[in-house]
Amino acid sequence: MAIVLTETTKADVPSNQADALWLNSTDVEAATGWTLKPEGFCQGDICVPIPPGREAEFAKDDQVNVSTFWAHMNKPAVASEAGDVWFLGEGAESRNDTLLSLEAPDFTLPDLEGNMHSLTDFRGKRVLLATWASW
Amino acid sequence: MDADVEAARPWIENANPTYVTLIDRNHVLSSLYNMVNVPQAVWIDENGIVVRPTETAGSIDILRDFDFEAGAFSPEVLEKAGEAKNTYVGAVKDWAINGSDSRYVFDADAARAHVPAMTDQIALAHATFQLGQHLFREGRTDEADALFARCRELHPASWNIFRQTTEKEETGIAVGEEFWGKVMSLGDEQYYASVDMDGMPD
Repeated sequence: MAIVLTETTKADVPSNQADALWLNSTDVEAATGWTLKPEGFCQGDICVPIPPGREAEFAKDDQVNVSTFWAHMNKPAVASEAGDVWFLGEGAESRNDTLLSLEAPDFTLPDLEGNMHSLTDFRGKRVLLATWASW
Repeated sequence: MDADVEAARPWIENANPTYVTLIDRNHVLSSLYNMVNVPQAVWIDENGIVVRPTETAGSIDILRDFDFEAGAFSPEVLEKAGEAKNTYVGAVKDWAINGSDSRYVFDADAARAHVPAMTDQIALAHATFQLGQHLFREGRTDEADALFARCRELHPASWNIFRQTTEKEETGIAVGEEFWGKVMSLGDEQYYASVDMDGMPD
């Protein structure tokens, strides 16, 4: 088995190779929220077409090459040496678009007791989001 | 931002804050808001709109003024640092009282102009860091250390990544030789932009 992590999700998927993350249609949706459709790799209203002539690199039978799609979308996909843990990140362009929209990106984090808090819980109040660390 | 809850616990329990304090083991906030060091802050209004993007929160770049012989900062440097802190805290209080009428709130164009731009390399560093944190917690420290070294190369300006992953003193503070080497290697370079705020010392 391998583990696929994103900033908000964790999914166990069948064992994979070290240099590519091939997932079937069920696993790809569970692990990433994206699905393979005839028009391309899709999430919500967004579909990223497979580049013509490169079909075999991106999909074959019921399998999707998620790491290749991620790279094609200019998003970082990184794996442990054995390929048993993957992290699928957000790309710089998407981050910059969000920050320039001025809508504060939401997050959910625990307090000392493990209670979860989201930024959106504080809607209606002004929020000073200040960071610090023990180091 | 700390590797685990227990590193943060004594600080939070001693401060006993009345506001919500969260533990960010994966530096999610660094990734979302393009932060590079602590303390940094973002001002978010009642509607979830950023009115002051990521900026250093009441500190200024005084580290290179540290007097190694005396083992301390000079009174002049400390006075300047105190002035920066007081100015920032005063601005936060002004915003708390006056909301969108506060003179410290940026309009949309000014707020956008102050957003620090993320690069592909920074985005890759954050993804690599989060993979490293996962492996670190699983006890795969050699693999994690190799990934953290890669993160420090990819995003050298991130002292959050550097200080989280470098050797710590017995006090738990990352102020060893490597840290001071990194500070001094900046030379005359400004580490991050001064806070754009009336009354803030350079």
